[in-house]
This record gives sequence, C-alpha cells and structure tokens, in this order.
Amino acid sequence: MIKRSDFPILKRKINGRPLVYFDNASTVQKPGAVIKSLVDYYERHNANVHRGMSPLAAEVTRLYEESRQTVAAFIGAAPAEIIFTRGTTESINLVARTWGDRELRAGDIVILSLAEHHANIIPWLQLRDRIGIRLEYIPLHADGTWNMAAAKKLLDHKRAKLLAVSQVSNVLGIINPLAELLKLARCRGLVTLVDAAQSIAHLQINVQELACDFLVFSGHKIGGPTGIGVLFGRREILAALPPFLGGGEMIMEVTTKSFSVKEAPFRFEAGTPNIAGAIGLGAACRYLNKLDNRIIRARERELTAYFLKKIRTLRFIKILGTAKGKVPIFSLVIKNMHAHDAADLLGQEGIILRSGHHCAQPLHDFFQVPASLRASLSFYNTFQEIDFFVARLRELYQAFAIKPVKAFKKRAGF
Amino acid sequence: MDIYAQNIMDHYKHPRHNGPLAKADAKHRALNQSCGDDITVFLKFSGDKIKQIKFIGQGCAISQAGISILSEELPGKTKKEVLAYGFDEIKKIFGIAISERRYNCAMLGLQAIQRAIIDKG
Repeated sequence: MIKRSDFPILKRKINGRPLVYFDNASTVQKPGAVIKSLVDYYERHNANVHRGMSPLAAEVTRLYEESRQTVAAFIGAAPAEIIFTRGTTESINLVARTWGDRELRAGDIVILSLAEHHANIIPWLQLRDRIGIRLEYIPLHADGTWNMAAAKKLLDHKRAKLLAVSQVSNVLGIINPLAELLKLARCRGLVTLVDAAQSIAHLQINVQELACDFLVFSGHKIGGPTGIGVLFGRREILAALPPFLGGGEMIMEVTTKSFSVKEAPFRFEAGTPNIAGAIGLGAACRYLNKLDNRIIRARERELTAYFLKKIRTLRFIKILGTAKGKVPIFSLVIKNMHAHDAADLLGQEGIILRSGHHCAQPLHDFFQVPASLRASLSFYNTFQEIDFFVARLRELYQAFAIKPVKAFKKRAGF
Repeated sequence: MDIYAQNIMDHYKHPRHNGPLAKADAKHRALNQSCGDDITVFLKFSGDKIKQIKFIGQGCAISQAGISILSEELPGKTKKEVLAYGFDEIKKIFGIAISERRYNCAMLGLQAIQRAIIDKG
C-alpha cells in the first residue's frame, strides 16, 4: 500500500505551507527504509569492501554484494552484469569511453533521438570529436513521439553501429515504443543502449525482455541516495570491454611495469566504491518491490489522468508532448510568463517545480521554446496537491496577464 | 499569493524605452543560454556620460523589468560609475529582495550595458 508517511520529508513545510513536491523527475524523495539503511551502515558496518580479512570487511562486502544481487533482480539481470557507477551520466560515459573507443571507427553512426537528455548526447559528441563518428537523431512528430519511419531509415544505414535512446523522456514523459525499436536495431546487428533514468521510476523493467546490450539508470530517481547508479551490460559484451578508470579494486596483479585486470563487474569499479550508496539503492529496490509496480503504475495512471484533466481547464497552458501514454511528467509552457517566474513564485507557495530546459536543449529547440515549467509527480503525490497547483497557477497567470508578447506567442504556438 | 513587487510587475507589463535605437553609439546583445532570457541594449553617450538607453528583449519578469528600470535610472551616470556597478547596486535600484537563484536574471541587463560600454572603449 502506498503510504505518504513512509517519506519523512513530505511532512515538512516551506514558508509555513505544506511541501508539494512536484520535482520527482529531478530526484525522488527517500523512504525511511532507505535513510535507515544508510544510518545503519555507518553506525554498525562501516569498513572497506573486498579488502582485508577482518570480520567487518567480510560483513560489508556481503552487504554490498547483496545490494548488487537485489539491483540485478530488480531489472532481471545477473549480478555480474551490474556495474555500480555514480549515476546515469557516468554509466553512459563509461560505455562511450570503453565500448565506443574500442569498437567504433570514423564514419560509424550512433543513433540517438531528438528527445535525449544531455547525458545521452554529450558523451557521443565527445566521441565524435575524438574519433570522428557521426551522430544521427531520430526525429519527432509534433506530439513528441518518435518518427518510426525515419528511425527505420537511420537503422538501415550500413554504418549504423549503436542505438542509444531513452525509454521515457525527462521532459515529455511519453513512454516510447522501445521494444519495437530495439527489435529493429537488433535485426540489423546494432548494439543497443537504453537510458532508463526516467522509466526506472515508473515502469517494470526487464533487460531479458528488452534484450538490450546496455541499460543505465541513477539510484536517486527511485528513492536511493545520490551518487550511486547502475550500468547493466550484457555478460558477453562486458567480457570484451577494456577497463574504464584505473586504480585499486579493479586489478588482479600489478608490477612496476604492467597490470592485469579483474573480470566484470569489478574491472569497471576502480577505487573504493560508494558503499553506502549501493546499500541504500538496494534498500530502495526492496521498498519498491514490496509496494509492487502494478500498484505504483495504477496510482500514477490516476494521477496522470487527473492532472491532464485539470490542466486542460487552463487555456493559457500548452503541454509539450501531447501523445497519449505518459508517466506523470508534464512540461508546460505558460502564455506571457517565463517558466523561471512561475517556478520561483510557486516555490514560495511550497510547490517545488523545475524550470528551464531540463538538460534537453535540442528538444526545447524542436518545440521552439527556450524553457518550460516541469511538474513531475510520483505515486506519493495527491489529487489535492494537483488542485492546489492548478489554483495557484491560475492566480499567477492573472497577475501576469496583460502584456502580449507577440514573438513569444508565435514561437510557442498560441 | 505573493507576486513580485509592484514596480517589477509594472515595468514588466509596461516596459519603458522599449525598441531599437537607430543611431546608437554602442549596442550589445546578452543572453542567458540556459533559460532564453535575451536582451539587446542600445546606448547613446554624451561625453563620458550615458545619455540614453533603449532595449529589446524577451524573457522572465526579473530580466525584462530589470532592464526597463535601468533604462530609466542609468542615463546621466558616467560610464565609469556604471562599470563599477554589481549585484548590490542592482538590488538597491530594483528595490526588491532578489534571491541568489535569480542572480543571472537580475544581472543580465546590467551586463549587456557594461559590455556595450567596454566594447566601445
């Protein structure tokens, strides 16, 4: 059962008003069980992993590896296929710098979509600058969905080598037809990477069913701590990859002249890892398992439907990405008002929102708006919170509405 | 609910000195890439003093009201005085509390003016 009381922060106030946390696509609030796992780790078990013969080291290594098993089971992977990283960004960079540097040649094509987060664009632009690959972007329809006909054409190119796309955009919230696209890519022999940074919080993910080569996400978006994330890599593909960072933990043997490396996943985890983070992420997965994804999805569908119904009563709001089948992530463009003003002023009322381009500038360019106001909900949000948000937004609009900004109107499509 | 101070909303809705200046002595366009705030200023000088400021732009209320206020307040000041202005002076001129997170919005107009002065030598 969904209980708001599981999340201690939801009790707090901002300027004397109840916290309405609508920034879950940025980071999700932490259940007490996760917070407790961190305190418990530092109070009772703190030691380094995989090192030394002491009972504490053994205990903490067991906890760390149990977390790897929990995380693996959470996405249907084997523990050896789970590499702990700092988050989605580091995971994608790891793939670009190991697999990309080794497997790609000048002129090879990496296919992204226009809706990608900068974390799934920049590492590939950097790779382009290093070795001269080409980037192609799957174009979007006006409703924010992938143009599948154009995607097929890109996949058909004989130099196409990698498909790297997000399952759910952090701006649009649209659930993309990922399985279909992955199948097309696989048939053509492309390697595939799924950015699950947003989808992991909403959808049941199984890497066996998706049959992707890589899948990446951040722990903090599912209630885990910040600074811990995951790179799933299919066993066969990880076995062939060179190490990423060099240092302790990842080596078998070192001499003054050479070194040999451990197998995956340890080969990719140089230095003392984020032990507390991994343990906290394990606790977050266990919390979500107990809640059951079907219950989370059902609740989020209700919230999505209610939000859309209410927001559509506001004629001065335009939603980016009008396609059906969304998780509760909504990016709004407000007539005559900049998103920063709305986020700032609604923030004073205790409503926590994100304004800007949400690290997806090419996508905002596509919609021809410089910025949007994003409300992203989680299963612990309520109808009352949506009502409060909509009422305050209406009030704010009335205070701002006089000045017609022609250029803005035209670009935003009002 | 608390909206911005009256003068900010007034300048935002009714910007002063809005529009280009054909025979400007200096001009500069300043952008906040991350949010799309966009201000182009046109300056006329009289000796070492600023004689006239006009601007075009779009963006949030703080940035747009801000440049409108500056277009009223800065003419008559010397270039040297204006170049020495910082966040403290802006807060004083705007007459409102500006949080750190709106620093870039608040400073954009001043930065455009200062850059125009510097580029002109």
